[in-house]
Amino acid sequence: MDNFEYANPSTVKEALSLLTAGAEVLAGGTDLLSLLKDEVHKPKRLVNIKNIKALGGISKAGNNIRIGATVTLDELASSQLIRAAYPSLVQAALGITSPQIRNMGTVAGDLCQRPRCWYFRSGNGLLNKSLVENGENKYHAIFGTGSAQFVSASSLGPALMALGATVKIAGADGKTKDVPVAQFFKAPSAEGEREIALAANEIVTDILVPAPATKNATYEVRHKQALDWPLATASVALRMSGTKVTSASITLGHVGPTPVRATEAEKMLVGQTITADSAEKAGAAAVAGAKPLSQNAYKVQLAKVAVKRALLTAAGVKAV
Amino acid sequence: MSAKVQVQTTINNEPVEFLCEPRQSLLECLRDIVGLTGTKEGCGDGNCGSCTVKLGDRIVTSCLVLGVEAAGESITTVEGLAHGSTLHPLQKAFLDHAALQCGICTPGFLIAADALLQKHPHPTEEQTRFWLSNNLCRCTGYDKIIRAVQAAAIEINGAAQ
Repeated sequence: MDNFEYANPSTVKEALSLLTAGAEVLAGGTDLLSLLKDEVHKPKRLVNIKNIKALGGISKAGNNIRIGATVTLDELASSQLIRAAYPSLVQAALGITSPQIRNMGTVAGDLCQRPRCWYFRSGNGLLNKSLVENGENKYHAIFGTGSAQFVSASSLGPALMALGATVKIAGADGKTKDVPVAQFFKAPSAEGEREIALAANEIVTDILVPAPATKNATYEVRHKQALDWPLATASVALRMSGTKVTSASITLGHVGPTPVRATEAEKMLVGQTITADSAEKAGAAAVAGAKPLSQNAYKVQLAKVAVKRALLTAAGVKAV
Repeated sequence: MSAKVQVQTTINNEPVEFLCEPRQSLLECLRDIVGLTGTKEGCGDGNCGSCTVKLGDRIVTSCLVLGVEAAGESITTVEGLAHGSTLHPLQKAFLDHAALQCGICTPGFLIAADALLQKHPHPTEEQTRFWLSNNLCRCTGYDKIIRAVQAAAIEINGAAQ
């Protein structure tokens, strides 16, 4: 690994002024240090944002819960504010089944981590469609977009998207902007384009999650219970009137280059009661448009079951 | 090449100063600069847990932390567990239960298990297995490690009520 400069600012303003060409943000480091060791990223300077107090903490902010960018996954999963209202986020954070990684990894870092695609990690680019299509693709997308056949590695992204959360971003010009999580993730169409709506000289400062009027849950299907990325996940948020769904939000994770919204399944559930039958039909609708690669058709079934089980968990219906 | 950086930190309750390049991991700094070789490198990628140390009150994989990030922090490594020549109850339990063979993973397991017992004085087997799921052992098959941790819990905290 080439050496780099290390900066340790204490304010967002100072951090932004340090994010000049070739500089990168260092937060938990769990992904970045791997990328540095593999020489996929070769920054000239790392700007550590963990000592900026304004980026920490979880608090009520008007109708929202504000989660600071550098809140660790452990802090998130342990927070009473979060546990009381967003089981979906707690389940997603605990899916990262390593106390060490949960102690280091941050909420914004989970959203900004780079894909795990092994062709990308070995220096063959993120959009090398022919390598993916003709090579080992069992963990790749079943909802690919053009050349983007990798999957977003974010665990919290699908849950935050289903909850209608917003990412607050500070830019070099001192301006801030709010980007809905649904627009934060992007499928790049050219090498070098980012898979998130965050420029290299910007910093995620907060995540705003709307007040909980929903029953929500995340269900992950995994190869093993211990440290690993899930194979397919579903996060759901339901607004209910009695036992009837008035609106549903369903997002699939680890199946496409961004979290994937299941709009058809959402529409289908309006006016319905959540039962094993309606949940299974929603699962089938959620994966109807899947386009699996040569080795990953199995993920279609996993995603379908993830939707069913997330819905049953959110509604408190015993799984069958 | 950027200049080396001076890092002031506390390791096992002793103030320590070292000089490192920003690119050097905390693991590298501990082993190659400070000379504390108890902490081991396994995968170098955060997956195996053999480099687990305590940074403040959190366990971390020191291969994914930069040495410069340790400035102002307090670090506990496996060398900080024993009191003089008296082994920590976890260390003794690992010996009594033959919870190690090659020993490379042991320092990481000890630090992680110590943090477990501080959070859960009487962990169940399931809690213990989940807590240690980021620590890999290729020799023991884990059962002996789990039994050692549970025996140490009783030794340290008494029998569960």
